[in-house]
Amino acid sequence: MALLEIQDLSIHFGGVKAVQNVSFSIEAGIVYAVIGPNGAGKTTLFNLITGVYTPSSGVIRLDGESIGGKSPNELATRGVARTFQNLQICMNMSAIENVMVGAHLRLDRNLIKAALRLPSIRRRDTELRSEATELMRFVGLAQYVDARADSMPYGALKRLEIARALAMKPRLIFLDEPAAGLNPKETIEVDQLVRKVADSGVTVVLVEHDMKMVMNLSDRILVLDYGKKLAEGSGAEVRKNPDVIAAYLGTHS
Amino acid sequence: MNRNAYFGLFIVVGILLVLPFVVPNSFYLDLVIRMAINAVIVLGLNLLIGFAGQISLGHAGFLGIGAYASAVLPTHFGWHPVLALAAGAAATGLLAAIVARPIFKLKGHYLAMATLGLGIILNIALRNEAAWTGGPDGMPVPAMALFGYELNNDKQWYWVIALLLSVSVWASLNLIDSPFGRALRALHGSEVASQVVGVDVVRYKVAIFVMSAVFASVMGSVTAHYVGFVTPNLADFFHSIELVTMVVIGGMASVYGSLVGAVLLTALPQALATFEGWETVAFGSILMACMVFMPKGLVPTLAAKFGKGQ
Repeated sequence: MALLEIQDLSIHFGGVKAVQNVSFSIEAGIVYAVIGPNGAGKTTLFNLITGVYTPSSGVIRLDGESIGGKSPNELATRGVARTFQNLQICMNMSAIENVMVGAHLRLDRNLIKAALRLPSIRRRDTELRSEATELMRFVGLAQYVDARADSMPYGALKRLEIARALAMKPRLIFLDEPAAGLNPKETIEVDQLVRKVADSGVTVVLVEHDMKMVMNLSDRILVLDYGKKLAEGSGAEVRKNPDVIAAYLGTHS
Repeated sequence: MNRNAYFGLFIVVGILLVLPFVVPNSFYLDLVIRMAINAVIVLGLNLLIGFAGQISLGHAGFLGIGAYASAVLPTHFGWHPVLALAAGAAATGLLAAIVARPIFKLKGHYLAMATLGLGIILNIALRNEAAWTGGPDGMPVPAMALFGYELNNDKQWYWVIALLLSVSVWASLNLIDSPFGRALRALHGSEVASQVVGVDVVRYKVAIFVMSAVFASVMGSVTAHYVGFVTPNLADFFHSIELVTMVVIGGMASVYGSLVGAVLLTALPQALATFEGWETVAFGSILMACMVFMPKGLVPTLAAKFGKGQ
């Protein structure tokens, strides 16, 4: 059974059909890319699967359990993590605190215990801090461990989001354009990072415009255009598909 | 940030230990006590406004519930003052939870509207239920008794309130640097990001709102017993605004900012009394100047200037 199964998923905003009858499934342990021209519905698809939007129709199954319409925090308890195309970093917190928040569900969140700073809370927080430091190193942010989030450059914040998502110890991670706005050198670093994440056993779903990166990393690729599924397959298959070529390059009519 | 932040607590406790021996007379001791009472309320309110990013314009209403619980229950029903205080706090917490839950399911600053209305309703109720509350004239409050001791002079009250303040500062510092506090700050920083890491946003907003309302209620009870008399003015809209102003002037999301805001805004009207008739103008001008030149509030602005976080 596939880890994630999507059947006839649709959402419309008023008259705009942003995602229409899209079906696909993702096996555990692979890197799955979603590509398509701007406005194709890639981020909307992410928002549907991660619970930010509620589908108008269709079924989303995670490990056989229907999760359509569940809130993001309920999905988090099932091991679904994500990053955002337009950064969602908490600028009112330090860099490492942003990562520590990722571990939210694995911590004792009791208000009274926290206010009294019981030893158990303090001990766990110390452990968590070193865990978060380790994660920041893993994503290549060792130099920002003591930084404030609002003093970090864009490229570093992109990776900070990945570190936060990893702090959840997810089974499935959605990366929404992790290389957008990065220079070629940073893009290669993110490319390697995504590979490392996948190798650590997390299933990766990726939206990305950088084709070299997509072709490099992905086991399977889904192509969307105007909210509809245009093609799905391995990199080689997708590249040869005439519909995909037409969508990206236009056609002679 | 950690060690720095707790160092401030020592300074606060140090000041509180010395103050009663250096204030020249009972007028100033009374002023200091009022500052400390406001400081506790503002601490709770700042957790809500500064850290969680939610605005309450009805906190004086919660103060009123506590104050009147401490006045009405012992007077009319013979309750023990401590029990009355606890009952007031529980009722406030319950009311806050009932009001907040549906509101926080909506996106946007509806809490400000709802608490504005709630505060006004509570105030009207206190003014009109004259048989119970004495109406606009208010009513006397029986003395507070702790472990058989009656608290009846300012010195005793001072130590009780100083203890409450110290514990509140300590608890606030603990809270913001805990899993609970980080979740709270995260939902302020990015609501959607906090949701996808598993923060149940509604629950956290309700929890902190209830907590800050209970802080206000307890301090309402304390005020009532300390002053020995309550009037509905304690619970009116202007008092709510004053409390929010203390948060903003002192510095949002700053524990020590809360203290500074409470101290300054409690002292300012007294200091401006010499302006005779112009004190409101002077008061307003000072507030405006603060906001124009230090929009982040006194403590965060000064802390940034002198190169320290928090």
